[in-house]
Amino acid sequence: MFAPLIRWLDERIHLDDLIAPFKHKTVPRHRLSYWYFFGGITLFLFIIQVLTGILLLLYYRPGANEAFESVQYIMTRVQFGWLIRSIHAWSANLMIFTAFVHMFSVLFLKAYRKPRELTWVTGVILLVLVMGFGFSGYLLPWNTLAFFATKVGTEIAGQVPIIGKPMMIFLRGGEEVTGATLTRFFGFHVAVLPGLVVVLIAIHLFLVQRQGMSVPPKVEAEWAANPAARREMKFFPNFMLREMMAWYVAMGVLGALAAIFPWNLGVKADPFVSAPAGIKPEWYFLFMFQTLKMIPSKVWIVDGEVLGVLGCSLAGLLWLLLPFFESDKASRAKVWITGLSIFALVYVIGMSVYGYVAN
Amino acid sequence: MCADQAPQPDTSRRRAIELFLGGGILASLASFIYPVLRFLVPPAVVDLGGDEVVASKLGEMKPNSGKIFRFGSRPGLLILNSDGTYRALSATCTHLGCTVQYRPDLREIWCACHNGTYDLNGRNVSGPPPRPLTVFDVHQRGDEIVVSRKREA
Ligand code: FES
Repeated sequence: MFAPLIRWLDERIHLDDLIAPFKHKTVPRHRLSYWYFFGGITLFLFIIQVLTGILLLLYYRPGANEAFESVQYIMTRVQFGWLIRSIHAWSANLMIFTAFVHMFSVLFLKAYRKPRELTWVTGVILLVLVMGFGFSGYLLPWNTLAFFATKVGTEIAGQVPIIGKPMMIFLRGGEEVTGATLTRFFGFHVAVLPGLVVVLIAIHLFLVQRQGMSVPPKVEAEWAANPAARREMKFFPNFMLREMMAWYVAMGVLGALAAIFPWNLGVKADPFVSAPAGIKPEWYFLFMFQTLKMIPSKVWIVDGEVLGVLGCSLAGLLWLLLPFFESDKASRAKVWITGLSIFALVYVIGMSVYGYVAN
Repeated sequence: MCADQAPQPDTSRRRAIELFLGGGILASLASFIYPVLRFLVPPAVVDLGGDEVVASKLGEMKPNSGKIFRFGSRPGLLILNSDGTYRALSATCTHLGCTVQYRPDLREIWCACHNGTYDLNGRNVSGPPPRPLTVFDVHQRGDEIVVSRKREA
């Protein structure tokens, strides 16, 4: 049925040349191959975000007097509105989770080594942008929890010496968190961040495409010792079909979570009520939040917050540049990087759990 | 001789052109970017709150309770003690800006965000807040409870 159409296109744009690289592309096959799927699942969830986000845009209205009501309208009046919003919220959380899994798997399989430094760098920037999506999107329903989370979050940004205050005012659209903040966050969430993320995903995927999948050093060594053990599968269709299966599973999990645990809306934000007890940021900020909480309010002559913010930024920078410290020879892989990776994983999980149970 | 000298004016002319071209491009870039940068900075809002606000009416509050009122664009906290005296402070936590509340059970001011506490004089007693809360003046005018900024002595 499609054959004439494909022939028609082929005559004009030489489809064969376009798909040739995909035909030859192979994916290494070994006992750790399943970690390769997490990047793809993250991408899938991002696509879900774009689609459900566009749907929500049909009814959502930014603005301090309308936002909460419009989300309420979506959830109570629009048919399946609750489901679409719930999927958007759940998918956001799952996406950040799979992005973290993807990052740590790349780290432990040492896939960031030369020549893949830029893939790592774009990946870390993507993670930051995705967290920006989370932070800005959290405010959009304009409920109390989000209001205070935004207040605290932007205030933390304001602690950075010199550029902090202007940055905070830029983020808030004024001195305080108001409707102006909501307008800005809406703009970031639906225009600025999607644009940036799409460009970075394109670069990230192009690099993966260009360089192929990395083989973990351990497996590489085994294969070098025993070349007969080397296995590969075709990217198309073998890997693609497996990836599709993974996407299907992700969709199932997402649908179930969204339907069984619909995301609730909370109470409308009011700048003139006290912060309710038990206020906490989203889970993916908890480890940083908990770190900030544990630093005493004054360390020597520096404010604890300032120290925490500077420390976190420095750690982030080191994280971004990690591949450049690594040796490209697997045999001389830096032990401290492995140690740091383990420490980071334990720290992030430990602090998140601690932040979750602590009051 | 003429041939020898020829490159001289030539290169300087080229340099001049480069300078004009480069400078022109830079200047036009600057003229694009400057307005954009200024656009990003929100205009300052005039705080119409003034120095005085009616925070409550006599008999509106129960003894040993607190109430958030609007003081300009920021929240303030009015407390009616059990002995019938009023007290007013800024309700913006000095830590990271959450809105504090009065805890009748502890007779303290409490911030839910990171568990900071202040005593009734606004002094930060425990938790992360680095500075005390600003205390306002309270006086009664008719049946209105009026809060005003403390005058600097
Ligand atoms: S904002 Fe009040 S204790 Fe942190």
